[in-house]
Amino acid sequence: MQADTLRYLTSRLVTTALIVFGAMLLLFTLSSIVPGDPTAVLLGPQASPEFSKRFISEMGLDQPIHIRMWRFFSNVLRGDLGTDVVSGRSVLGMILNVIPYTLVLTFSAITLAVVTGIPLGIFAATHRGTVADNILAFVSVAFIAVPGFVVAIFLLLIFAIWLNWLPVLGTSQSGTLLDEFRRMILPTLALALGWIGFIARLVRTSMLEVMGENYIRTSRAYGLSERLITYKYALKNACIPTITILGLGIGRLLGGAVLIEIVFARPGLGRLIYGAISERNYPVVQGAVLVVVVVFVLVNLIVDLSYSAIDPRIRHNTGSAGAVG
Amino acid sequence: MNLLANVFTTLRKVCGTLTGAVGLVIVLLVLGCAIFAPWVATHNPDALDVMSRFSRPTAAHWLGTDHLGRDLFSRMVHGASIAMQIAIASIAIALTLGTSLGILAAYLPARSERFVLIVFDVISSFPSLVLALAVVAVFGPSSTIVVFIVAVTLVPHFGRVARSQTLTLKSAPFLESERILGASWGRIVFHHVLPNILGPLVILASMDIPVVITIEAGLSFLGLGVRPPLASWGTLIQDGYTYISDTWVPVVVSSVALAVATLGFTLFGEALRDAVDPRIGREH
Repeated sequence: MQADTLRYLTSRLVTTALIVFGAMLLLFTLSSIVPGDPTAVLLGPQASPEFSKRFISEMGLDQPIHIRMWRFFSNVLRGDLGTDVVSGRSVLGMILNVIPYTLVLTFSAITLAVVTGIPLGIFAATHRGTVADNILAFVSVAFIAVPGFVVAIFLLLIFAIWLNWLPVLGTSQSGTLLDEFRRMILPTLALALGWIGFIARLVRTSMLEVMGENYIRTSRAYGLSERLITYKYALKNACIPTITILGLGIGRLLGGAVLIEIVFARPGLGRLIYGAISERNYPVVQGAVLVVVVVFVLVNLIVDLSYSAIDPRIRHNTGSAGAVG
Repeated sequence: MNLLANVFTTLRKVCGTLTGAVGLVIVLLVLGCAIFAPWVATHNPDALDVMSRFSRPTAAHWLGTDHLGRDLFSRMVHGASIAMQIAIASIAIALTLGTSLGILAAYLPARSERFVLIVFDVISSFPSLVLALAVVAVFGPSSTIVVFIVAVTLVPHFGRVARSQTLTLKSAPFLESERILGASWGRIVFHHVLPNILGPLVILASMDIPVVITIEAGLSFLGLGVRPPLASWGTLIQDGYTYISDTWVPVVVSSVALAVATLGFTLFGEALRDAVDPRIGREH
């Protein structure tokens, strides 16, 4: 048992390290095949030959590829993501500046999705086959199918332009918590809506599956109340797939947050990457994308390990857990 | 003939549910617009008519016009065509590549199989939109890049299913006996494995269509996908959003079209899955 747990842990850690390594390799390869003369792109056509030369040697662009690769890897491992070619600031510093906005948006969306999705799922499962269940099923699909940025545009149009209820663009100017909270409502809702539908459906399906199990029938035979059975026994087991999906979903949520941030003109990783792309500032794109991947992989690792702790059956079933989807 | 009959029975099952029928109607509508775009469109989608810019829906312009006076209905119809071309091209590439890799992985020695799985894990660990941003930053926006990125991110999706399906099939008695009779690896794969695992893969493919449409529209909305003046739903929404203070019609019309299309394909894909094999893609 002990050895088993240890082996599972090691294999997950090795896979995680390999994924991060693969991501770094990919980003380095992309950066080294930027078409055209990098100095002409970065410095503009007016740069003097001397200046371009100095720039090239400062950036290490005249070094052979294996040395550049070695440099990139060792720098990243030391936490140095390079410098922004436009402003000269450290890329890591720029990322650390905006990452709280993106994380707050992502986690408030997850919280909202869980807090509303799970009760809706329980309701649908306990009212199986009723009109409400059918309506909920359709609404869930609609939430899942409609892209988040389309939802964002509609929310913006309805609540900010037509009804004029909520301030929408950017983050708080006054800095008060209430103002910031009001500005968070629409982006959070836009990001969470799809996940509400997704979680509601997932909880419904897994609840119905669990309700058919022997131990639930036994509990009923023992005369336990339906409420106790639903909320204590069935829900607990039905939550496991939800946790898994959430872990995997963080990546897609981060991707979705990029678009939402741009629609609502909020600062964050998405806007940082987007802005850097338009000025062809590759070091910033590279650093920010790497950070997104690392966050995603770490969250997946934590989710994997935590649900194998909740439900030990998982360890034995799957060789490469977390590989789904 | 047999295949046609199969398709027909499956479609009848899909129509058996309300959501499936609605999905099928929307899918047929979008496909119809995509295939017959030049005939369905009432105007040239790129014809400028600055005199009648921001026109409300009228008899001449069914959905009104945009900021350059281009007919919105015609642009939406052509947008359907772009969306379908990108979806079909990228899914076809991903399906071919993923299935080949998946079947190969199932027949490779354990160490190499593990390597293929890790490559799949690495690819899936990139949120596809973020990967797209990294690639666009290097190569600049274009439809080809969109197809390439979407295809790459979907490969693991098909690869994993193809592998697990092949693994369960591999030890089936009829394949054992075929092998004992001296059938070559190629014969086993192309005559037996492929036809048997194709069904679930095709359903997965149909369920991926709305995902691809969303990614394409999202990238084009950011100005990082299909390039204007080509009419993609994403660029239409972007145009509409830019001029939202002048008129809300274009942005609403194009977002509704996108939303209805993705909803229709999702409903159809799910009905198709339920009709054939409810277990497919459940983990997703």
